Amino acid sequence: MSSIAVSTTINGDDVEYLCQADETLLDVLRNRLGLMGSKEGCGTGDCGACSTIMDGRVVCSCLVLGAEAQGRSIETIEGMANGSELHPLQTKFIEHAALQCGICTPGFLMAAKALLDVNPEPTEEEIRFWLAGNLCRCTGYDKIVRAVQAAAAEMRGEAA
Amino acid sequence: MSFDAAYQSQKLKSVGTRPLRPDGVDKVTGRARYGADFNMPGQLVARVLRSPHAHARIVRMDTGAAEALKGVKAVVTAADLPDLTNGDAELFAVLDNCMARTKALYDGHAVAAVAAIDERTAKQALKLIEVEYEILPHVVDVDAAMVADAPILNDELFTGGVDPKPDTPSNVANRAEFGHGDVDAGFAEADFIVERSYKTEQTHQGYIEPHACVASCNPDGTAELWVCTQGHFVFRQNCADLLGLEVSKLRVTSSEIGGGFGGKTHVWAEPVALALSRKAGRPVKLVMSRDEVFRASGPTSATSIDVKIGAKADGKITAAMATLRYSSGPYPGMWAELGAMTSFACYDLENVKTVGFEVIVNRPKVAAYRAPSAPMAAFAVESAIDELAQKLGVNAVELRIKNAAREGTKSSYGPVYGPIGIGPTLEAAQSHPHMSAPLGKNQGRGMACGFWFNFGGQTCSDLNVNADGTVALAVGTVDVGGSRASLSLIAAEELGIDYKDVKAVVADTATLGYNDMTDGSRGTFSSSMATISAARNAIAIMRARAALTWDIPVEDVYWEDGHAKAAGTKYGNLSPLSVRDIAAESGNTGGPIAGHSELVADGAGVSFATHICDVEVDPETGATSIIRYTVIQDAGKAVHPSYVEGQYQGGAAQGIGWALNEEYIYGADGRLQNSGFLDYRIPVCSDLPMIDTQILEIPNPNHPYGVRGVGETSIVPPLAATANAVSNAVGVRMSHIPMSPPRILAALNAERD
Ligand code: FES
Ligand code: FES
Repeated sequence: MSSIAVSTTINGDDVEYLCQADETLLDVLRNRLGLMGSKEGCGTGDCGACSTIMDGRVVCSCLVLGAEAQGRSIETIEGMANGSELHPLQTKFIEHAALQCGICTPGFLMAAKALLDVNPEPTEEEIRFWLAGNLCRCTGYDKIVRAVQAAAAEMRGEAA
Repeated sequence: MSFDAAYQSQKLKSVGTRPLRPDGVDKVTGRARYGADFNMPGQLVARVLRSPHAHARIVRMDTGAAEALKGVKAVVTAADLPDLTNGDAELFAVLDNCMARTKALYDGHAVAAVAAIDERTAKQALKLIEVEYEILPHVVDVDAAMVADAPILNDELFTGGVDPKPDTPSNVANRAEFGHGDVDAGFAEADFIVERSYKTEQTHQGYIEPHACVASCNPDGTAELWVCTQGHFVFRQNCADLLGLEVSKLRVTSSEIGGGFGGKTHVWAEPVALALSRKAGRPVKLVMSRDEVFRASGPTSATSIDVKIGAKADGKITAAMATLRYSSGPYPGMWAELGAMTSFACYDLENVKTVGFEVIVNRPKVAAYRAPSAPMAAFAVESAIDELAQKLGVNAVELRIKNAAREGTKSSYGPVYGPIGIGPTLEAAQSHPHMSAPLGKNQGRGMACGFWFNFGGQTCSDLNVNADGTVALAVGTVDVGGSRASLSLIAAEELGIDYKDVKAVVADTATLGYNDMTDGSRGTFSSSMATISAARNAIAIMRARAALTWDIPVEDVYWEDGHAKAAGTKYGNLSPLSVRDIAAESGNTGGPIAGHSELVADGAGVSFATHICDVEVDPETGATSIIRYTVIQDAGKAVHPSYVEGQYQGGAAQGIGWALNEEYIYGADGRLQNSGFLDYRIPVCSDLPMIDTQILEIPNPNHPYGVRGVGETSIVPPLAATANAVSNAVGVRMSHIPMSPPRILAALNAERD
């Protein structure tokens, strides 16, 4: 089977890779590009552990083909911090103990970032429904929702 | 050095604060390495062939075509994992579960495995393996498996725990009985009796990270295993036993773990990966798919439980009885026994009897799931208690308070309790504003109590004082939910230094002595004990070094607030030496400073919780939403309160999922029909409200800071609390879990007819 050549942008950098026609973006990120921050919890679009942002929208990278990334812009967890400066969501997740095992965390952070990018002042209900595609088995979601609220407040410049 | 574990009331500086966790940054940046995030040079990819049948004899297997496929480097079957178990039935069950030998015993049972250069080739090779099965009659239901003409899974299994020993095999592996007093006399005294049968369905731990490992067997007979596990020392032992390796030759490193909840306490794929690596002569990576996780790992027992409780008109319980049947998959476990032990543990009973039956069925081998077996028993018992309260016309909390176990109570499973928290959690619930908040239409409130033993066990830790006075702490219990933060707090407390000067790591099996699993809520309890002991040993050395520096007898040096101090006035004003001062001089005073500790942590304090739950049930659809939830639990001492709250909330959420949605659904063919997160629905963010928590601290007398385990009790009450809330909302007693919309509608319809 011959490979497909793909040119894309990942976390702001130009990236080129070869992939098989049936290979998922998640497999490309993890196995070919070494970007293992995106996790596979199910491979069927049901857990959100593989969430990445493609052209501004959250996608399950396990449901996107590697070849589909051609000409797109992809954001992954590895690009979330600005150098050694964490994104407010990352800081608040740690401060609010919004992670226990942490396997779901990269996916939650990507999904939450996409939310705050379009809605800087979400209600609790909006947060809960936006994040309903991300499964967390450890926390019961309470501290995750609070961390997102706190990050949103900080990004709006309010004292959290 | 002997270690005094007795509780000492003291003012704590570090313990009880909420610092940032040491692994936080790695986890929010995607750098933390979990089971599937590790690779080795020349690594192959493994896939496992699984039985599509619930019960089938393996008549013939041909792996020739698969072996001949280009890119395939090894194919293994049971023949590559010969039986080295030497009559150890429990270990044989582990082996047979890793790779079916003569029979496949459940849909998903591994029968062969392949290692190839890539996943595509490995999958192709699986299709080339020919297996001829003789399909046998199967049974998946716990009650059906007990009837006389049920298909027998194991011709050599005779019910244990009964006298005389039966002369025909059956699916009932064991009978276990607990209790005291005379229940018949107790029931004769009762003014009111409630009696009902309950069922709970099989659920999965549902950790988001599938099982994953990388195995590497070297030509010189050594081997390495990288794996997500709750207990790498136990995995090392099991793998070494099954592969015929010396323990010292197998080094196991635990990865970051993406959830376990008891489900990562047993080996499944690891011996297979090692066998593949041994045969191929190359490292092998094996990662389960979600479908495999559901079909072949976890799950918990399905149960069928009868409860009978009698009470005087004043509410005093005179007798309590439960018969509990737990499915254990195709191999016996101790699940019914645990259910029978925990059933009535919350109450002070004169006459109590519980009987547990361990039943084998054609489902995956049951693994522990957070307070294993207790939630189902609590569901049945706490539902019955609620029903009793209604029958007596008394308040459900008051009835429980009246009958609650207390210090000195002989528990239903035998031991006499020390100071315990059931009464206080009930009183806190009674006065909690949640209890008196108004309810709307179609809404109901329920409450329930729960108990878990908590374990201690073998633990080993190393504490090294670095030359700059910071501390490196190596523990052997896997961090499943923030224990590195908690243990760093403990070390800081004991040494009197800053939390940020302590760095805790989970050491691999080659660098530390044996440690039991992180299970039974033992991680923080037992490793904190070992950490305290290691710190005290390090302090003893630092006192000696100070004595040497000052040239005074060591008995005259005491330790306070992170400093060695000279006792009394006779030494004038020798200014105290800090850890930093002593460490800086260590090269001149005898070399590196370290405290080591190895111990069996005894006396893990039992813990209790009371939960309050409000639901709203849509009478048209039968759908239930949780509108308010409160957890009240005794922690003994909350080392890092944020992570204690997290344990409370997480356990409650899992219990709510169990109560409302989660269940294994089998077809008539014995195959699992919902082996994915779409059809096996765990609670999502929009399903839940904020979960309020209240931490009570009734010190455990057997721990220096009073710590009890906190990880498990929180999943015990929610099944019953939710069921009581739904029953109160719809006016029908719900006795079958999960209370999925169809089940609620059926109950409502049955009531109407
Ligand atoms: S791995 Fe993509 S949604 Fe689960
Ligand atoms: S923190 Fe473990 S799954 Fe979310």
